[in-house]
Amino acid sequence: MEKIIFYAFAAILLFAATMVITVRNPVRAALFLVLAFFTSAAIWLMLQAEFLAISLVLVYVGAVLVLFLFVVMMLDIDLAPLQEGFTKYLPLGIIVAALIVAEMITVLNAPQFDIAATAVAGESNTRMLGRLLYTVYVYPFEIASVILTVAIVAAITLTLREHSRKLQDPGKQVAVRKQERVRLVDLRSAKVDKEEKQS
Amino acid sequence: MFQVPNMQFALPEMFLLGMACVILLLVAFTGVRRVEWVYGLSQLTLLSTALIIFWSIGDGGLTFADTYVKDSLSDLLKLSICLVNVLVLLYSSAYLKARQLMQGEFYVLAIFATLGMLIMVSAYHFLTLYLGLELLSLCLYAMVAMQRDSAVATEAAMKYFILGAIASGMLLYGMSIIYGITGSLALGEVAAAVSMSTGNETILSFGLVFLIIGIGFKFGAVPFHMWLPDVYHGAPTAMTLFIAAAPKIAAFAMLVRLLVEGLIDLHSHWQDMLIMLAVLSMIVGNVVAIAQTNLKRMLAYSTISHVGFLLMGVLSGTQEGFAASLFYTLIYALMTLGAFGMILLLSRQGYEAENIEDFKGLSRKQPWFALMMMILMFSMAGIPPLAGFYAKLLVIKSVIDVDLLSVAIVAVITSVIGAFYYLRVIKVMYFDKPLVEHTVTASSLVQIILSANILMVLGLGLFPGMLMKICSIVFV
Repeated sequence: MEKIIFYAFAAILLFAATMVITVRNPVRAALFLVLAFFTSAAIWLMLQAEFLAISLVLVYVGAVLVLFLFVVMMLDIDLAPLQEGFTKYLPLGIIVAALIVAEMITVLNAPQFDIAATAVAGESNTRMLGRLLYTVYVYPFEIASVILTVAIVAAITLTLREHSRKLQDPGKQVAVRKQERVRLVDLRSAKVDKEEKQS
Repeated sequence: MFQVPNMQFALPEMFLLGMACVILLLVAFTGVRRVEWVYGLSQLTLLSTALIIFWSIGDGGLTFADTYVKDSLSDLLKLSICLVNVLVLLYSSAYLKARQLMQGEFYVLAIFATLGMLIMVSAYHFLTLYLGLELLSLCLYAMVAMQRDSAVATEAAMKYFILGAIASGMLLYGMSIIYGITGSLALGEVAAAVSMSTGNETILSFGLVFLIIGIGFKFGAVPFHMWLPDVYHGAPTAMTLFIAAAPKIAAFAMLVRLLVEGLIDLHSHWQDMLIMLAVLSMIVGNVVAIAQTNLKRMLAYSTISHVGFLLMGVLSGTQEGFAASLFYTLIYALMTLGAFGMILLLSRQGYEAENIEDFKGLSRKQPWFALMMMILMFSMAGIPPLAGFYAKLLVIKSVIDVDLLSVAIVAVITSVIGAFYYLRVIKVMYFDKPLVEHTVTASSLVQIILSANILMVLGLGLFPGMLMKICSIVFV
């Protein structure tokens, strides 16, 4: 039973992942990404890693995807030229991929991963994780936080420029006078023009 | 049971991280006006980190629950990374200033990248190794992209980023397969599990393939070299220098930690793969470099061929071979510093001395720097009595010792082919008429240190014994 559920989820996951990179519409791709995240969360649930599954849903599906959709919707990309070469290279790509898959299968035809899954009885998954994260894995954990800092620094470096910033000065906005912004233009109406021409 | 880690071992990293945060705050609050302070503080930070590493040479061991290792290899590599980066920042400061690229962010990224390299060097766990690599790569991608008005630089950054991400994915996939079989991410436990296990060789070597793809990409070994010429060419020269010098030392550490300390029992498997990488790199690097007219691109292909040479020492699988590779890596870093330092020295506002013809007739106006460039080119070509010769000699000797004569023959033939394009630069400098007025605007401090750097290549060629001894002690 468990195997059937696993294969079902795995199939959906692979399908969603393939769709992410093949569909034309970026919004649809993002939505397939949600599906991919959800199914991998489900697979984690089957491994009794509840905390990881929930944080995957909360962090990726929640925050990251909203951000992702924002980017997708704000960038106005014309996709047609990007995918022009796709059909041209598709046969070659499929041949190469099939070769690689065939090689992998021939190499790995025997089941050799034989680590017994060890679920510790009576311990909460989350507590174990927290305990490990801040003791044994404190050094990698700290490095990960440094990487996030660098990501922010890099993003700001690449996007922020002195002269392209739009700064608002409330003082100037309040002190503005009617004469500086409003200009009255005397426009003759089209009807008058017409009458003049006829006469 | 959890043990409180020995924080003292990680003092260099902690100091560097603390100073990186201080520099970040300084940049945030002083903006562009005080970029000289940021530069000075960065240099001070790197020098003090080097001093901390120097003082703590000697004792060592594992700490942070076996994720961190301090040994003589890590001491030596960390010390050289810090010193190399001091020189990189020194050579590039005038260049950056002339192109409005001297922003505080560059120094913040440089310090964080150095931190990433130190973490890689000391990694004794798949996780720390991978995280250190990502920290380094992320900084490098951003650095290449910093010159946003340049289409070439943006293209280079894009290529570097995408190919780098794929390579990291490959590396991670290989690590996960090896984790699946050995049940551990710590290199020590992986090594024990690999030597104990029987019958898992096929699947272990399956994971090994992916590890080697990742390593090969970070080094720029053929066939994973596609990014290297474009990035070297497209990035501003100061960034190229940064990418070319110290990260190769860190990549060497990654190679040694993964293959030698983690998977030495699979030596017969990875030896064949590395032979392929080394032979292809030497051939493609040296042959394609002949056709280049851009000096930065030529040096990129020359880097590819050097990578082939330094892989030769490691693939021999002997202590002498590892020491020879280490020696080669350090000499390579020294020569690269000199070569890109020369390009930076001759560049000035609105003029990049990056084509080979820009060096035409250099000896007329700048005889001293033409001489320096000649020393570098001779050393890269591997002509005695320069350091490049001893480096090549040692790695070739190490493969001959394990009866891989054919590899050694390829190495010798390709290095003869390679001598052509190095000699062409020398010919252009001494026998051609100058096209432009060569002026050197750099401060005398930069000129003196650059000259000292290049004379060190000569000095280490005349007296290589000291450094060779240090390199062989590291691997005993």
